Amino acid sequence: MITTPKWASAVALSLAAVLALAGCSAAAPEVGSSSGGKPSGAITVYNAQHEELTQAWADEFTKQTGVAVTLRNGDDPELGNQLVQEGNASPADVFLTENSPAMSLVDNAKLLAPVDADILAQVPKAYRPSTGHWTGIAARSTVLVYNPSLLSEAQLPASLLDLADTKWKGRWAASPSGADFQAIVSAMLALKGEKATAAWLASMKRNTTTYKGNSTVMKAVNAGEIPAGVVYHYYWFADQASTGENSANTKLHYFKNSDPGAFVSTSGGGVLKTAKNPAAAQAFLKFITGKAGQAILETGSSFEYPVASEVAANKALVPLADLNAPVLDPSKLDSRKVTDLMTAAGLL
Amino acid sequence: MAAGVSLLGLVPLGYVVVTAIATGAPTLSALVFRPRVAELLANTAALVLITVPLCALVGVAAAWLVERTRLAGARAFAILLVVPLAIPAFVNSYGWVSAVPSLNGLWSGVLVAGLSYFPLVYLPTVAALRRLDPAVEESARSLGLPPFGVFLRVVLPQLRLPILGGSLIIGLHLLSEYGAFAMIRFDTFTTAIVDQFRSTFNGPAANALAGVLVLCCLFLLVGESGARGGARYARIGSGSARPAGRTHLGLWSPVAYIFLGVLVALSVLVPFSSVARWLVSGGFAAWSDRYLLTALGQTIGYGLAGALVTCLLAFPIAFLAVRFPGRVVRVLESINYVTSSLPGLVTALAFVTVAIRLVPALYQTSSLVIVVYLLMFLPRAIVNLRSGLAQVPRGLEEAARSLGRHPLVAFSAVTLKFVMPSALAGSSLVFLGIVTELTSTLLLAPNGTRTLAIQFWSRVTDVDYVGAAPYASLMILLSLPVTYLLFARSRSEKAAVNSL
Repeated sequence: MITTPKWASAVALSLAAVLALAGCSAAAPEVGSSSGGKPSGAITVYNAQHEELTQAWADEFTKQTGVAVTLRNGDDPELGNQLVQEGNASPADVFLTENSPAMSLVDNAKLLAPVDADILAQVPKAYRPSTGHWTGIAARSTVLVYNPSLLSEAQLPASLLDLADTKWKGRWAASPSGADFQAIVSAMLALKGEKATAAWLASMKRNTTTYKGNSTVMKAVNAGEIPAGVVYHYYWFADQASTGENSANTKLHYFKNSDPGAFVSTSGGGVLKTAKNPAAAQAFLKFITGKAGQAILETGSSFEYPVASEVAANKALVPLADLNAPVLDPSKLDSRKVTDLMTAAGLL
Repeated sequence: MAAGVSLLGLVPLGYVVVTAIATGAPTLSALVFRPRVAELLANTAALVLITVPLCALVGVAAAWLVERTRLAGARAFAILLVVPLAIPAFVNSYGWVSAVPSLNGLWSGVLVAGLSYFPLVYLPTVAALRRLDPAVEESARSLGLPPFGVFLRVVLPQLRLPILGGSLIIGLHLLSEYGAFAMIRFDTFTTAIVDQFRSTFNGPAANALAGVLVLCCLFLLVGESGARGGARYARIGSGSARPAGRTHLGLWSPVAYIFLGVLVALSVLVPFSSVARWLVSGGFAAWSDRYLLTALGQTIGYGLAGALVTCLLAFPIAFLAVRFPGRVVRVLESINYVTSSLPGLVTALAFVTVAIRLVPALYQTSSLVIVVYLLMFLPRAIVNLRSGLAQVPRGLEEAARSLGRHPLVAFSAVTLKFVMPSALAGSSLVFLGIVTELTSTLLLAPNGTRTLAIQFWSRVTDVDYVGAAPYASLMILLSLPVTYLLFARSRSEKAAVNSL
């Protein structure tokens, strides 16, 4: 075959450039083992929390201890189910979630090691399960984000359940494929039972416009594509604190009254039984729930609520105590049942 | 070795069948025969049925205009119309959503996907038009057919293979694309599988949907091979054909310019200007993203390793196909075609599960990622290598041997040397595929992996369009040289463009 020198040299050049650049790629850190007292080596974190937040924790932790942290990012139920399937072969040392159902999933599979007592001592009882197999690391509140030019204050729903009404058809949005919304449904399931939840989901299938991701929901509400959306509070505060480009035209409505829509979700952290570096894994969890870790929630750009070490929430937020959230045991929320119900409703 | 690769290729299909059996008929039918699946089937079918003919129409019209008319600037248009191939569909979608935020649903899907994929018909059609013998058209005209009649009855039938081949590839792309449709809120089987995966890892519902998706792919494959027909397309007669004449469009020229201009504006200008706009508003700060270099390095690393491995393993298959054609070899080869037609997502799901349960040592390793890349992109290398090998005169190798060279030396000094350019072309195509691969990399990558596509997607999911722009532009920059290579080959005598 005859080559045309033009493309041959083009390819050769680009391959050469490519090879040169490939040299820049960073090597993965080595996994070391811990030797008793001081944490050392490296840990692998299955991270379902926002990457930016966990990265901030990891960076500070690495600075303090020298332990290298590798993140695998994903969603709560994805990583939770993945850990269950991996079983004893899992490379993970630590699992961090945005919501508690995925944590319970892994705990129910007997994959979590007990959390050290000094860590539990930092976290109030309301934000951790009685088993002591994982701990709360942060919290977030359900809100209705709405566009006041399309929805007046008088028209706001009193309860999340009201959104099942036909008058809300095509007027509210959500991201049902996301772990956050699924956690809200798990709260409804715990509070109202399977029958009521299934009926609500069926009406949701009819009423909602679905988006992928809470930020996208808020962006659509902001753009006036849809009057309201069910999301978590911090998306709004984080956007307001930066450019406001996706939230400037919107307001937040808190359901309160122990409504399912006032659900405050506990983000969890746990150490795997099979962790290769349990000492560093526990140290990481202790750091996150300690003053320094919780302060990152207070002062950073995440706008999630701190839950431990008596660190206050960011001043911009409505205090947790004022939200009148329903009282729920975070370890009793059932993610599998929720995905089954949502699959049956045609939302997944 | 060829058999080994083909056996590996059976894993995804086998996985779908085995999980279907393991799930059991009652559960499976509950998961398959439900309203949501009907909804997804309707969406996916409408997408394919509308987009594919539109792409074929636009692709053929554009090819004819740049190849067969005297429009000034035809060559510039000829190049510009290939550029969309350098823009991954999910980056194109990001460009469009930035420009028109309210895009959603079926017609937006048709728009974005059509603009991304029409070159897959355009390019092979250009190549075919250049090779048609004008004598056939002249005979038809001398027998009294009007010009348009000649096009319909003489030219178009001869373009059947590139149009069908291109359409098939577009159909398969439509079935397997995730990012582009997720961004405009259009649900297809693939987006629904990803949703299920995110909710359940590899739960039975995800696997049931994957099974239906695989059936859709097989349906397209069978449909295309049936429509190809048994007609003869090769030119007979001695010598080589003259280049065909070009038509004066006269008063139709403005219409042609508007058509080509709008096509380029929509398919190239919109995504480029969106990326440029985000780049400008992000300024230098956006480039200080700490993962940018890592992602670039890892993407290139995977691209090169994948291209190399794929080419090496494609060689024995191509070699057998050319030198020892027969039924067994044909079966081995076609297994690879079917496997590569399956969405990367299904292949990745299969290998995640198989690795966890059967080969934990491979789980979350870059080797496994490369294996899946190999299966996804093998035909790109085979097609090129086969056409290269077919053109090596065996006599030369035999002559070298008769002059006392060891068979291996003769082989590498003669055959390998001649095949190198095809190998390079094949590996470039594999490289292009890997650079823009998103879903299977997401599922399979070792912990801590960040490719350009993964980082881009993570930024876009957080609606950080500014932060996504540097990643988008790097993916385009890496793809442009390969796209140019495709363009150059479509104008030479090779027609490897159908292997995308």
